[in-house]
Amino acid sequence: MHVVVITKATPDDNATVRVDPQGVVTWGDKLVLNPWDEYAVTEAVLLQERYGARTTVLTLGNEAHDEALKKSLAIGIQQAARIWDPALEKHDSLQHSQAMAAAIRKLGDVDLVLFGKEFTDTANDQHIYMLGRQLGWNVVGSMLKLLQVDPTAGTLRLERMLEQGIQTVSTRLPAVVSLFDDINEPRYPSFVNIRKASRAAISIWDAAELDLALEPPAVEVLEYLNLPERVGNVEMIEGDTPSAKAQALVQKLMEAKLL
Amino acid sequence: MDFALNEEQRRAQEMVRDFASKEIAPTIAEWDRRQEMNPAILPRMAELGILGINIPVRYGGQGFDYLTLALVCEELERVDTTLRVIISVHMGLNSMGVFQWGTEEQKQMFLVPQARGERYAAFCLTEPGAGSDVAAMTSTARRDGNDYILNGEKMWISLATKAHHFLVFAKTDPQATPAHAGITAFMVTNEMPGVTTRDLHGKLGVRAGSTGWVKLDDVRVPASHRIGEEDEGFKIAMSCIDNGRYTVAAGAVGLIRACLEESVKYAHERSTFGVEIGKHQLIQQKIAYMQQWYESARLLVMKAGWLKNVGQRNTRETSLAKWYATDCSVKAALEAVQLYGAYGFSDEYPVERYLRNAKGGVIYEGTSEIHQLIQADYALGYREDKPLRCELPAYNEDAWLEEADLVPA
Ligand SMILES: Cc1cc2nc3c(=O)[nH]c(=O)nc-3n(C[C@H](O)[C@H](O)[C@H](O)COP(=O)(O)OP(=O)(O)OC[C@H]3O[C@@H](n4cnc5c(N)ncnc54)[C@H](O)[C@@H]3O)c2cc1C
Repeated sequence: MHVVVITKATPDDNATVRVDPQGVVTWGDKLVLNPWDEYAVTEAVLLQERYGARTTVLTLGNEAHDEALKKSLAIGIQQAARIWDPALEKHDSLQHSQAMAAAIRKLGDVDLVLFGKEFTDTANDQHIYMLGRQLGWNVVGSMLKLLQVDPTAGTLRLERMLEQGIQTVSTRLPAVVSLFDDINEPRYPSFVNIRKASRAAISIWDAAELDLALEPPAVEVLEYLNLPERVGNVEMIEGDTPSAKAQALVQKLMEAKLL
Repeated sequence: MDFALNEEQRRAQEMVRDFASKEIAPTIAEWDRRQEMNPAILPRMAELGILGINIPVRYGGQGFDYLTLALVCEELERVDTTLRVIISVHMGLNSMGVFQWGTEEQKQMFLVPQARGERYAAFCLTEPGAGSDVAAMTSTARRDGNDYILNGEKMWISLATKAHHFLVFAKTDPQATPAHAGITAFMVTNEMPGVTTRDLHGKLGVRAGSTGWVKLDDVRVPASHRIGEEDEGFKIAMSCIDNGRYTVAAGAVGLIRACLEESVKYAHERSTFGVEIGKHQLIQQKIAYMQQWYESARLLVMKAGWLKNVGQRNTRETSLAKWYATDCSVKAALEAVQLYGAYGFSDEYPVERYLRNAKGGVIYEGTSEIHQLIQADYALGYREDKPLRCELPAYNEDAWLEEADLVPA
């Protein structure tokens, strides 16, 4: 079984992202493995341990995204490749999925593609579904628990988190699956893998190598804007007893027409 | 000169930082209040490989260099001193001592299980009546055939009730002159009949750790457990301390950083007289000093680490780093408590714990007074280092990563 995780480097969760008056964005002082993908990487490493799966991590972008690959290798993924071509400088989700589909075809024997819930920087997840479509594979979102892989039958049973509750489904492999953060406890890098990662050679694939015929992106980013400043007032509700405080709070909320 | 950390060092640092902040920080105040060590810590540090970080792979370790050891200590003490104390005794004072002085057989017997984290290690030098004045110790080791019989009481022993292996110093020649010439080192295990251990409570700091006593009553120790030659114990103790002090110094750097980071955070949060307190110049002065102490202490530690990596004697530099970094950590913690005002006086916030913990650092592994004597003696030419029979091996990347068939666990 060959499992692929698709990831990218995103700003740290604590980073302050700022747009200057010229519209240039500062994404914080460092980029990290997309936090949602820590779960996908960990899940792939678990499959490696449990089923002897082979594991690969892929990304699309310039060398800043090597950080996401190296971190994945340090957690235990076996090999990494980065897709990069100047023609992809302003790629949209569709181009992302086309490039990834080409990379997966190039790898040849992939059974399962894992994604974290979304990319945190753009809060995007449509590339996940687009990739399924490009490949003609089943797509299952919101995996909460991977129940069983049957490599001989080529099937996967899993639980999904839906608004109504938990759904158990089974899908044919190969498949594209996105997962939730409750699925596992993300692994730290291990010292042994840290060393392997720092010595690993990362393959770089350009459009020609992937046989990619790219059309101009359909979506264009026009500008970035800072988030509006948050304003709010804090008011401490006074009262002698908890129920008096609750009364006063309800009164205030009704006056403000919030109740 | 290159101040950059390499990729492996950075990732190791980040990994330990994640571990300490995610798994230890959330509950540390509670364990500190209870004066107990969180039982999950040692097994988890073992599992992650932290307990063997700078021991060659062929001895069960992770094969990282001595600078990484310092980075690990800084990250651990950033969260709590007790985590770094584990490394100081298990790695600095014991494992590195075996690595430096042990025979190949002893390395297999003690170092391998310690580096793998299957056995925890401690260091027993201090006695109720002998701290700075090591030669005043009264513990004895009497030869009896192929064994030694050990008697005595060791006090203030970190991991006293947790460790399996104790590096114990005792007098084989109580009449020797000078007195330190009659000391010998032994690896005593907690299963040996006659070994009793107990934790102390009511300590000012390192309350979430184990500090206790180890009592030896006619403990029969095989001669194969003697580390080094007979009467070589003082030199061994001092070279172990060169490594222990290095970890204490590196940890103190983490403690200064803790003071600095928590102070910066609070300086933005708290307002007085209509502005956040960070805008008051006297608060800025405290922050500026913390920054100065952090950077300067860290440079001294890195210099000592570099000397260890290249295999040069570093007693002088390590002592200076330890003295300076721990003194600065006390000053930083005092300032942090002051900056927090009344909230710094409460265990609702971490800075009072930093202050209580910092005070230990200027006492153990050579009090600040002892380090001043050492520094003055070097400067005045009263003291110089002579080569040792066994020096701490320099870092050698290829050799340290060599695989070997280890004795099965
Ligand atoms: C939390 C903690 C953990 C410890 N862990 C260990 C451990 O794992 N293993 C271990 O062996 N020990 C350990 N120790 C013991 C520690 O190393 C000793 O406490 C230390 O060496 C000082 O010895 P002492 O307490 O006997 O003080 P003393 O030596 O009695 O000193 C008392 C005071 O006199 C000063 N003084 C002493 N001699 C001189 C001098 N010549 N000139 C000027 N001033 C002097 C000292 O600086 C100090 O201020 C630990 C201590 C603590 C607090």
